[in-house]
Order: sequence, then C-alpha cells, then structure tokens
Amino acid sequence: MDGEVILLDAYASMFGMRLRIALAEKGVKYEYREENLPKKSPFLFQMNPIHKKVPVLIHNGKPICESLIALQYIDEVWHDKNPLLPSDPYKRAQARLWADFVDQKVHTLGRKTWSAKGEEQEAAKKEFIEALKVLEGELGEKPYFGGEEFGYVDVALIPFYSWFHAYETCGNFKIGTECPKFVAWAKRSMQRESVSKSLADPEKVYDFVLILKKHFGVE
Amino acid sequence: MAEEVKLFRTWSSPYALRIVWALKLKGIEYETIFEDLTNKSPSLLQYNPIHGKVPVLVHDGKPVCESLVILEYVDETWKHNPLLPQDPYEKSMARFWANFGDDKLMKSIWQLFIAHEKDQDVAAVAALENLKLVEEQLKGKKFFHGETIGYLDLAFGWIANIVSILEEIMSLKLVDGERFPHLSSWIQHFMDAPVIRDCWPPRDKMIIKFQVMRENYLAPATPK
Repeated sequence: MDGEVILLDAYASMFGMRLRIALAEKGVKYEYREENLPKKSPFLFQMNPIHKKVPVLIHNGKPICESLIALQYIDEVWHDKNPLLPSDPYKRAQARLWADFVDQKVHTLGRKTWSAKGEEQEAAKKEFIEALKVLEGELGEKPYFGGEEFGYVDVALIPFYSWFHAYETCGNFKIGTECPKFVAWAKRSMQRESVSKSLADPEKVYDFVLILKKHFGVE
Repeated sequence: MAEEVKLFRTWSSPYALRIVWALKLKGIEYETIFEDLTNKSPSLLQYNPIHGKVPVLVHDGKPVCESLVILEYVDETWKHNPLLPQDPYEKSMARFWANFGDDKLMKSIWQLFIAHEKDQDVAAVAALENLKLVEEQLKGKKFFHGETIGYLDLAFGWIANIVSILEEIMSLKLVDGERFPHLSSWIQHFMDAPVIRDCWPPRDKMIIKFQVMRENYLAPATPK
C-alpha cells in the first residue's frame, strides 16, 4: 500500500525532523536509519551522491533528496491525509516562498549564532531575531502559518525550535523575550504528537553542536 | 472579466525569461513592466517588499515572487500544456535538478567567469563536473521534459543563452560537442523552438553587460 519507505536521517537534523513530522502526520510506516554525523556512510554517498547530505527519503528504492522537495513529495503521494500544502495555487506559492525564507534566513543565520565569532556572530544574532519577527508578522493572529490547520510552513519551521537552546547558549542571547509570539506558536505546534515525537531533545542538539564546533574548529 | 497578468522584469534577467517562456507556452496574455534595479519602481517594492527582486508575476493584483515558484504557480493556475511531470517522483527530480542548476551549476560557471587566470583551472574542474551531471540527465531525451519543452528545460534555459555569451568573453569553450554531445544537442533544439527563440535579449547588449561585470570583478587584483 505505502510501499517501502526508508528515511536516512540524523537525530539532530532539523531537515530530517521535517520529514519525520510529515510522515507521522500522514500515518506512513517507515524504517528510520541514523547517520552518525559528521561521519558519512557509503550508503549515504550512494543515495545522495550530489549533495551527500541527510535527510534522504527512499520510497520503493528511489531516493528523494532535499528536505523541501521530499516534503512536497510526501504531501503529493499521501495526499488523502492531513494535506500540508493548500490547494489554491496562490496560497501554495506563498507557502513555498515562506519555506524558502526559513532556509535562507532562519537556517543560515541560526547556524552563524554558534559557528561565527565576534562581530559576525553579533550581526547574525540581530538578523536572526529580525527574521523571526518577520515570521511573527506573517503569522499574525492565525494559530498556524497554514491558517487553522498545521501546514507546510509550520512543518518547515518548527524543527528549528529544538535548536533554540543551542543557539541561545552558544550565542549568549535569549530568543523568547524578543519573540514571544513565535514561542507561543512553537509551543502550540509541539502539542501535536507528530511534532513532539519528531523533534530532537534540545540538550542533545546542544551536545551535537559542540561536536560540530570541534569538527569545524570553532571555539 | 478578463484576467490581469503583469510581469515585472529586467531586460537581461535569465530568471524572467523562464516566466516569459512559460506564459508563451500557455498562451497567456500579459503586460511587461521593465525595471531598472538601480531605481526600483514603487509598484515593485509594494509587490516584493522583502527582497525587491525581479521577476515578479502579478495575477489579478496578487504578487508571486521567485522564478521557480512562479513557474509552478503558472503551471497550477493554467493547467493546459503542463510544464511539470504528473508523477510525484519525476516532479521531485525536476525540482531537484532545477535547484541544482541555480545553486551549484550557475555558481560554479560564474566562479569560472570571474576567476583570475591563476584560479581558472580549479574553477573549470567544478564547472565541468556539474555540467557532466546535467549532461547525464539528458541521455535518450530530446528535452529534459521528454519530447516537448517543460519546467526543467525552462529552468536550464540560461545554459542555452548565457553560457555562450560567457564563453565568448572568456575565449573558452565550456559546452563543446565532444564532451557534452547531449547538452549541445539540447541547446540546438531549445534555441530553435519557436516559443523560445524570439525572446532572447539582444546579444550585443548582453556581451557588453557581462564584459563590464567581469572587468569589475577582475580589476582590484590588476597590478597598476
């Protein structure tokens, strides 16, 4: 029925969490395979030879790489249950743009809060908060970015919440005080079982960041 | 009531061309507004407040930004002559390679274009490797989409135009028939397609534009 579904992933990967959430929302049974990052297995190189990154969704032996592409794939194949993208083309376009914003801004700037130093780190912290405020503006009074229903942008964004503790500790700043609306949305999203079961423990994410810092020589 | 479709673009942007082609393939009437990016119009800033970039498609007053997102919007709104494959896996592959084109291939070709002589060999290796991956996607097919032009052909359209302009300026052949027989053949078919060929920006203007850009990048290291 669902076919064979394998998710090649890493526990702390916010991109992998997106797919875990989506598969849970759709009630799809799958095999989870953990990559021991930063080391990468031959299987990963075989499944994603071009980018060599997790997550990779493998459906009936065919790999789909890049989390937002795999997210749309999951939504299209298992379209009957809990649709993530709206059906209206204009709303779909807006959802895709905002998911892109999450990758361009939240991810890139969030990364710099732990991997950069001095002025570059300070600038990244400031811009990171600004990006979250832009997202708060987009959310407005809606319960979710998807409107009344938890949707595509919510799935794309919520995994980063599990990284906030690492960003705050490494960057020495508090996100919640600046962006209370964002945190309220995050806590609301965490009440969904698909989310609470898929997100990594923030302490474990922090431990992973320390490993990455050592690996990349950031001190 | 007739639909109102507007496209905000610059004369040279390869991203805007994707939309021009898509609208032509679907037979959609639209108004073009050419923008000068050094002096953006209030309308553009109103429709794309976050980035202020072109192209922007405005359909009945509602703006859509980012060329690949616009392509999907066009395909989902006007469903005849579909641009994307129907099968979810094939659709994912088209999206993946379009992203690869923009994120990896275009960047590596650009890096080669603006490289100083001493860095050119290394830059060329990356560009050629990426081109090879795209070449492999074409095997056995006339267009990336199959027998007809589709989303991925439009996404890769810049290869058929900009690459030959950069090659002329660099005096360096990247996509040659021997190393890239499928890509060379695709370029020919794509360039010859009636919907495509009438839309290219003036070549001489493009050469001047990119020549100036290259000089600006190379200038600082030039000894006085």
